Amino acid sequence: MHLLAFDTSTEWCSAALWMDGRVIDAAVHAGQAHSRLLLPMVSSLLAEAGLTLGELDGIAFGRGPGSFTGVRIACGVAQGLALGASLPLLGVSTLEAMAEEADAEQVVTCLDARMNEIYAAVWRRDPSGWQAETEAMVCPPAVAPLPTASGYVGCGGAFAAYPEILARRYADLLTDIRPGLIPHARSIARLAAPRFRAGMAVPPEAAEPVYVRDKVALTIRERTMGTRPGGNTHGTGMSA
Amino acid sequence: MLVLGIETSCDETGIALYDTERGLLAHALHSQVAMHAEYGGVVPELASRDHIRRAPRLIGKALADAGLEIGAVGAIAYTQGPGLAGALLAGASLAAGLGVALKVPVLGVHHLEGHLLSPLLAAPRPEFPFVALLVSGGHTQLMRVDGVGLYELLGETLDDAAGEAFDKTAQLLGLGYPGGPQVARAAETGDAYRYKLPRPMLNSGDLEFSFSGLKTAVLNLAKKEGPGATADIAASFQAAVVDVLAGKCLAALTRTGMDRLVVAGGVGANRALRARLDAEAGRHGFTVFYPPLDLCTDNGAMIAYAGALRLTAGAPSDGGFSVRPRWELAELEAVPVS
Repeated sequence: MHLLAFDTSTEWCSAALWMDGRVIDAAVHAGQAHSRLLLPMVSSLLAEAGLTLGELDGIAFGRGPGSFTGVRIACGVAQGLALGASLPLLGVSTLEAMAEEADAEQVVTCLDARMNEIYAAVWRRDPSGWQAETEAMVCPPAVAPLPTASGYVGCGGAFAAYPEILARRYADLLTDIRPGLIPHARSIARLAAPRFRAGMAVPPEAAEPVYVRDKVALTIRERTMGTRPGGNTHGTGMSA
Repeated sequence: MLVLGIETSCDETGIALYDTERGLLAHALHSQVAMHAEYGGVVPELASRDHIRRAPRLIGKALADAGLEIGAVGAIAYTQGPGLAGALLAGASLAAGLGVALKVPVLGVHHLEGHLLSPLLAAPRPEFPFVALLVSGGHTQLMRVDGVGLYELLGETLDDAAGEAFDKTAQLLGLGYPGGPQVARAAETGDAYRYKLPRPMLNSGDLEFSFSGLKTAVLNLAKKEGPGATADIAASFQAAVVDVLAGKCLAALTRTGMDRLVVAGGVGANRALRARLDAEAGRHGFTVFYPPLDLCTDNGAMIAYAGALRLTAGAPSDGGFSVRPRWELAELEAVPVS
């Protein structure tokens, strides 16, 4: 089975080809240039492998959470490629991809969600794969989800964005902290392969980002009732 | 050549198929108006989320309506700007991915050029050159159009767009969002002569517009007269806007010495404006052209069409993709069109 995977949910842009277990990949620090970098990166990987899109069995993309615009770029490009090449799609959680990327058994994944919040989840690997001990959430770093025991690896950009708060929050629960770890496309590909085999892929029109932060504006009614922005665990800004 | 058009610059997801031999084959549209109504205006992030959810399904619908497969698409045109950055990127991403998969050219189109050229999709179609009035919720401009990409700005609004004035007036009168159709409907039963509202800059001697003062006048009037006067205020307001737009169009035609006027943009669907311009056309001996009624608001057909004109004139494919949330029409390059 041959799969293409990519992710643009963070400041990094990564892509990978999974060819029956063999993986080739690429990643660059893209800043805000994902739209210029992603497709050339995909084309050069395909050329390196001597494959065409039509010879693939599917496309996996980092579905979020992460930068709203970033996850839409990945989803939109994936939809376009899949529509044009008649391929199925599969969205993979960026937080789970970070757990996979960490090469550990117990992982806390935290991405910067801006507006003084983070996207976070706690993961444990068992024989069937990654189990979310806490579901993906958006919250202030001071109340980040905690594992029930020590011995976890902390991963993701939020550990660089909020180093003191998260160090205090996790104290001695973490054995290692890797702020530079990203939801790399090669991990998305590894997670996606068994799911494609299990028939979990969807047609392009059914593929959607998962933003986690879903309250992005107040309705007229909420404004007149004096609902306070940030009064719940959701953000109220219009972008991230 | 079959061109797929993708429009996602604001709150309408528009998809269309335009064939350079056979014309417009299909156009599918999803309006987000209802979704944004409870927020009192367009929420950019929600607009972007909806585009990415709707666009692939609309492509499927347009293809089905035209009885075609995706493989028949020979080029893709998407709205590159101006517009909401996130919303534009949703369409641009989809277009770029499709372009790579189908191995066809992908071209970014200027949203306003789409509007400007949309009357060419109607019959009879205007010949170049002509004067164009672009009038919508975001723009009020008079342009001299000598060809595709040959645009000279003659005048524009100094503050609110005409469509924005309709939206704000609707809000002041409690008529809901979007304001254009609501105010027009209320005006149907109103007396347009009951209140004498200002005609801002009508006699300013130039081709600029201003609508913010009119909005203030409506506010004061609505406070003074109360809800019983809603229909008359709406009618008086609409008459003031129509007077100004028609007056400036006449002035632009006189100044340029042209006898063809093209009206594009959402406010171009307003019946009172159309009736007035038609009457002026008969009186002053010019011809006025409108886009088909369903192509006045944002749509994919105008993007597919503008893209087709540029692609057949040899415009190069974009390669990667980019968006230009701010983009002046005058920056466009001219292309020869036979």
